[in-house]
Amino acid sequence: MQDETTASTKLRIQLRPIAFIAVLLVLWSIAIRWQPSHLLPGPWGVVGGIADLLHHGLLLKYVVASLFRVTWGFVLAVVLAIPLGLAVGWFRRAEMALNPILQILRPISPLAWIPIAILWFGVGDLAAIFLIFVGCFFPLMLTAINAVQSIPAVYVNAGRNFGLSSAALAYRVLYPAVVPNLIVGLRITLGIAWLVVVAAEMIAVSSGLGFLIVDARNAGNRYDLVVAGMLIIGLIGLLLDMGMRSLEKVKSFRWGYSED
Amino acid sequence: MPVTQPVSVPAAVTTKLSVEHVSMVFERDGKSTHVLNDINLEVGDGEFVCLLGPSGCGKSTLLNAMAGFLSPTSGEIRAGGEVVRKPDPRRIFVFQERGVFPWLTVEGNIGFGLSQLSRAEREKRIAYYVKMVGLEGFEKTYPQELSGGMKQRLEVARALAVNPDMLLLDEPFGALDSITRLIMRGELLRIWEAERKTIVFVTHDIDEAVQLADRVVVMSARPATIQQIVNIDIAHPRDISSPRYLELRDGIFKQIGLAHKL
Repeated sequence: MQDETTASTKLRIQLRPIAFIAVLLVLWSIAIRWQPSHLLPGPWGVVGGIADLLHHGLLLKYVVASLFRVTWGFVLAVVLAIPLGLAVGWFRRAEMALNPILQILRPISPLAWIPIAILWFGVGDLAAIFLIFVGCFFPLMLTAINAVQSIPAVYVNAGRNFGLSSAALAYRVLYPAVVPNLIVGLRITLGIAWLVVVAAEMIAVSSGLGFLIVDARNAGNRYDLVVAGMLIIGLIGLLLDMGMRSLEKVKSFRWGYSED
Repeated sequence: MPVTQPVSVPAAVTTKLSVEHVSMVFERDGKSTHVLNDINLEVGDGEFVCLLGPSGCGKSTLLNAMAGFLSPTSGEIRAGGEVVRKPDPRRIFVFQERGVFPWLTVEGNIGFGLSQLSRAEREKRIAYYVKMVGLEGFEKTYPQELSGGMKQRLEVARALAVNPDMLLLDEPFGALDSITRLIMRGELLRIWEAERKTIVFVTHDIDEAVQLADRVVVMSARPATIQQIVNIDIAHPRDISSPRYLELRDGIFKQIGLAHKL
């Protein structure tokens, strides 16, 4: 299929979103001239804002601070929720016992935990990491439970037929069978983590991209910095998602995403 | 000449598998379903037996019990004299479809049951069975990229690689198109003649049963009982237009209660 696509049409397809963004930027700058600029900074104002942040060394510092919190919160949630979820999914009774409490905790927005996070951990990194952890834990656990429960029985039976011990069955059949579903869950959850960190930083800490946005407004209505911060958040979120998505292309995982 | 033969194995052949008064009742939602009713059967060493019956009659249930995935409600199944209590690599079950592990390559699948062998020995065994089922050149391919017939051959190779005494095949060619199915029957016979494993093969296809089996076990609708055991006394390769073939096949059609006309 791809062989038939010539290089030029491929290039055209790749250029299309870039052209669309360019059109939006032009419309944006035109609209700003017609309107009093205090409603939104223009594109050049935002570029100036980014340059300003780079110049003061704040951009890198805040990006690193946000990624640091996301990494810890996310990794802790992965390490705890996935093994727990896999075990709970495998043992039907554990699932029946735990499911109601999970279903009650799951719909609580991670932001509702902010007062408790500050009460337990004070204002600082730990509170932010805790909020990200809470935001990731429940979706990951449910993903893991569902992944185990949707393993086709033939795989488990085939594994048992070849005389595998329980440990070997877990390692050689259950684990590879759940990986594709887990990767989807990890991707979605990393997106949640990135949403939560911005909110957490607005309240619980004094660094990071979320703090940047609130601080730029509070300290002199610098909306160019606010929009610059938003743009950076969007771009990093995109990169994180692309990184996770590339895992779905690994050959031994790819079967889980086929359409047939 | 009667097509019915007594329920016994010729004296010279040792019994590999015996099913003794096996009944099976499933309890679900407070309702009990009687699936198998007092099944008695002996399968000889190296014999090819087909379990034939209408869909949902319980023949797959019987095969699952032979494999040790299900326990009979009453009665016993013995393999090589031992009571079957759980699955065992000496009796490999080949699943209806998609039993191969999609996360492993052709090589990985065939080598799945060989982890206790040395690396060299394992590779030799894999190469041998890759060749036997005609998958040379596909060693590094994932099942997703194989056709249905190739996947089914891969599953048979994976089963044979662990050198089981017995293969239990549950409608293995049911999902294939009719041409591939015919080719696969020929392949299975070729492999069986080379390896002389005991084979129990479940099917609802009368022609398939008469083409493949030494004996065809005709089962009734649920609760399944054995209606008749038909000896297929035609040497391989079988001429499927010979009078004897047609006679045996028509006898089974009648037994099942189907007029042989559409």
